[in-house]
Amino acid sequence: MSVASEADAIRTSSVAKPRPRWSRNVSSKIAAIPMILTALVVFLGGTIWTVVYSFTNSKLLPRANFVGFDQYERLWSQNRWLVSIENLLYYGVMSLVFTVVMGFILAVLMDQKIRFEDTFRTIMLYPFALSFIVTGLVWQWILNPEFGIQGVVRDLGWTSFTFDPLNNPDTVLFGLLIAGLWQGTGFVMCLMLAGLRGIDEDIWKAARVDGIPTWKTYVMVIIPMMRPVFITTLVIVASGIIRLYDLVVAMTSGGPGGNASQVPAMYVYDYMFQAQNLGQGFAASTMMLLSVLIVLIPWAYLEFGGKKHG
Amino acid sequence: MADLSMSSAMTGPRGAKPKKAMSPRNIMLYGILIVVCVYYLLPLWVMVMTSLKGMPEVRIGNIFAPPVEVTFQPWVKAWAEACTGLNCDGLSRGFWNSVLITVPSVIVSIAIASVNGYALINWKFKGSDIFFTILIFGSFIPYQIMLYPIVILLREAGIYGTLWGLIVVHTIFGMPILTLLFRNYFSSIPEELFKAARVDGAGFWGIYFRIMLPMSLPIFVVALILQVTGIWNDFLFGVVFTKPDLYPMTVQLNNIVNSVQGVKEYNVNMAATVLTGLVPLIVYFVSGKLFVRGIAAGAVKG
Amino acid sequence: MGNSIEVKDLTLNFGSVSVLKNMNLDVAEGEFVVLLGPSGCGKSTLLNCLAGLLDITDGQIWIKGKNVTWAEPSDRGIGMVFQSYALYPQMTVRGNLSFGLKNAKVPQAEIDKRIARAAEILQIQPLLDRKPAALSGGQRQRVAIGRALVRDVDVFLFDEPLSNLDAKLRSELRVEIKRLHNQLGNTMVYVTHDQIEALTLADRIAVMKGGVIQQLAAPLEIYNRPSNLFVAGFLGSPSMNFLKGRTVDNGRAFQFGATKIDLTGYEGGAVLERDDAILGVRPEHITVSTTPLAGPSIPAEVEIDENLGADSLLWLKAEGTNMSVRVPVEGRVPAGTKVHLGLDIPKASLFDAKTEQRI
Repeated sequence: MSVASEADAIRTSSVAKPRPRWSRNVSSKIAAIPMILTALVVFLGGTIWTVVYSFTNSKLLPRANFVGFDQYERLWSQNRWLVSIENLLYYGVMSLVFTVVMGFILAVLMDQKIRFEDTFRTIMLYPFALSFIVTGLVWQWILNPEFGIQGVVRDLGWTSFTFDPLNNPDTVLFGLLIAGLWQGTGFVMCLMLAGLRGIDEDIWKAARVDGIPTWKTYVMVIIPMMRPVFITTLVIVASGIIRLYDLVVAMTSGGPGGNASQVPAMYVYDYMFQAQNLGQGFAASTMMLLSVLIVLIPWAYLEFGGKKHG
Repeated sequence: MADLSMSSAMTGPRGAKPKKAMSPRNIMLYGILIVVCVYYLLPLWVMVMTSLKGMPEVRIGNIFAPPVEVTFQPWVKAWAEACTGLNCDGLSRGFWNSVLITVPSVIVSIAIASVNGYALINWKFKGSDIFFTILIFGSFIPYQIMLYPIVILLREAGIYGTLWGLIVVHTIFGMPILTLLFRNYFSSIPEELFKAARVDGAGFWGIYFRIMLPMSLPIFVVALILQVTGIWNDFLFGVVFTKPDLYPMTVQLNNIVNSVQGVKEYNVNMAATVLTGLVPLIVYFVSGKLFVRGIAAGAVKG
Repeated sequence: MGNSIEVKDLTLNFGSVSVLKNMNLDVAEGEFVVLLGPSGCGKSTLLNCLAGLLDITDGQIWIKGKNVTWAEPSDRGIGMVFQSYALYPQMTVRGNLSFGLKNAKVPQAEIDKRIARAAEILQIQPLLDRKPAALSGGQRQRVAIGRALVRDVDVFLFDEPLSNLDAKLRSELRVEIKRLHNQLGNTMVYVTHDQIEALTLADRIAVMKGGVIQQLAAPLEIYNRPSNLFVAGFLGSPSMNFLKGRTVDNGRAFQFGATKIDLTGYEGGAVLERDDAILGVRPEHITVSTTPLAGPSIPAEVEIDENLGADSLLWLKAEGTNMSVRVPVEGRVPAGTKVHLGLDIPKASLFDAKTEQRI
């Protein structure tokens, strides 16, 4: 046995030496280098680096001078940061609820075998192709107290009419919301519509034979069936909200009154690149990461962990 | 009425169920959709109309009204004369910067991501799925946390603040979604085709260029749409990774409109806004359903 | 007994495309009718029209003596079983069975009674508290049948209910559906593209093509006396042999190449002389002999000999036409052999080549 297999080995090696593992498919490994570098160095390494340096007192330049939770204590005692978090929370919940509910309702309307579906969809989705800067500037103009909606209505004779969300600290978030919904609802509608179209036609037929009214079929059968679509949409929208930055810059620059519409992403940028207080910027961005993880981990668990149990 | 029970008689309802085109349900349905569409179209209307008015008309007129006297002066001014800081050569500078940034970024990011997707499907290696998972998770993580490390990396590489630096950044942040897009598309190409090509002696690049690429043109178009709009619309990376003379159009637009100096020229501002939105809008209207496919790809789990 | 379903002059157009053309169909009470045809022939469309899931363009539909042309599906007194089962995934089996009844405000006690009965008939009692995802394909289809059963209706509509199942399960459930029909005596309309299902289940088969019923008759009648070329070719495997030729001698004989075939015994009478005619003979109605036969016989050469286990198929060439013949295993002839074919004329079918209709 052993003699024969040795002889075999010699024979094969004289024909073609079995190549060592690492050298097989070399070009595929070379081709994967950018992906590996991005994943390991930038995404993983960069994240860890920032988290680590958030425990230092870096100012103008990153310095490995560890000071424990000092940066976090300072962060959470800053009024500006607290307002940012509060704003993000209010804006996030409102935006999430409105985009998902409105997106779903619009998708349901679009799913009624309507005429001109393509036209309606094109109109509802085009804002999504525009940048937040363009979105913000247009709505800033429409909401302009002097010339915008308020001005027009006042010119019509309602001189006491007030609609000036962007210059009132109490309502500025609604101003952002109007623009944010305009930009993003069409996208959610498209995701929901794709979800609705993915549902087996026979389910609808069965419900009709069973005599279930349409609205009840949506509530009792279709929405539960679309749970994965809802969850995925929520995660995508939520992680976008946490990143909210451009829209605020364009519409209010964080104002009025200095910080009425501040958001965390703005705080990070200002401390990292303007105020040259890197430690604060790192600490704030770590908190942003934390908030995303709070959204992401339950989702990943539901999506990938739940599957194993069937 | 009496013979209604007699099934042999041809009485009672016959033919198509009568449907009223103006049923309450349809009035509601189309009513709501039209109202929604007005909300969506209003800003575009206002933006274009304002940009075609002279400043005196903007001041006295209604922003929703079409211009009494159409003028293209605001467009000319926005394009060639508007000031940001000391430069008064208009948005054209930002436009050309954006072109300069977008074209190579789109090409490089799509080239790399398509090869990634191809390697992930057909040339799996140990750990390839782990890298992919990190990539997907990375797409949800706020960019802010990776900004500074990237600044350091680019500075070390000597390309911080240059065009190439920004191209690298766009390639990195476009990678998750594009890789997912290509990976999902390539997984739908029958594996037998890949095996047959290998038996025929084609290698990694041979199969990629001769088999995969020609079969995947639609998905390349989808990726192109996604990247052109995405990179054109970027603001944050433009601010962080370039210097003022390289600022992309979005950054310059914001600087023009939100600058505090001088009298606000709303018509010029709106013309500038329309100009900046024009490229993604054209891409959107030309691409039609492919755009929908591109954005839906982000929602398809891997 | 009256008719359970009457379709009168039913027409359905999708835009300018005519899908069902002026169709008439009566189904007797307790009858099992199978709609059979290739995909796109309109069989599922007809079923959806009966169910009220599609609005028709013209004509009437009567079920149990009531004009239901404009009635909602749930008001037509029908139950329906779908190819993809269409079970509500987040509800248990019990929830699936009771959903429609609850919605129709049937009292709970009555619901329980009906579910218990359906579960007993279909032997799904142990599955009642499971979700559809935890069921096998066969079990799901039983539950889907159960959903029709609890509606306590006289008419069951089946839309290719077995197509998603593997071959073994399919034959098991086929027998089960037949048993169910015998037990309940409901009227059943069953859509399939599988001719075995059609032949085994049906009291009558409606063979459809292009939105028109080609022939409506008992399975054996359809098999033995197809009314046109399409029906003849669609049923049977391998398909019927078609010999192109012409009728001669005042229609008493059929000229096929150099061979004249005596038509004595064909439908008991003579046919007119036709220049273009087709003689259809099923593979099992041909005898093969290595020696010349007494009567007129067709010379042929065996090309391939296929052993099917129970019997054997010979693929031959006669007068330039490809033919297949089913022979017992002991009657096998090796390839290359020259043989003589005898036709069982009383069981053959003669068609006009132009109109494709049976003569």
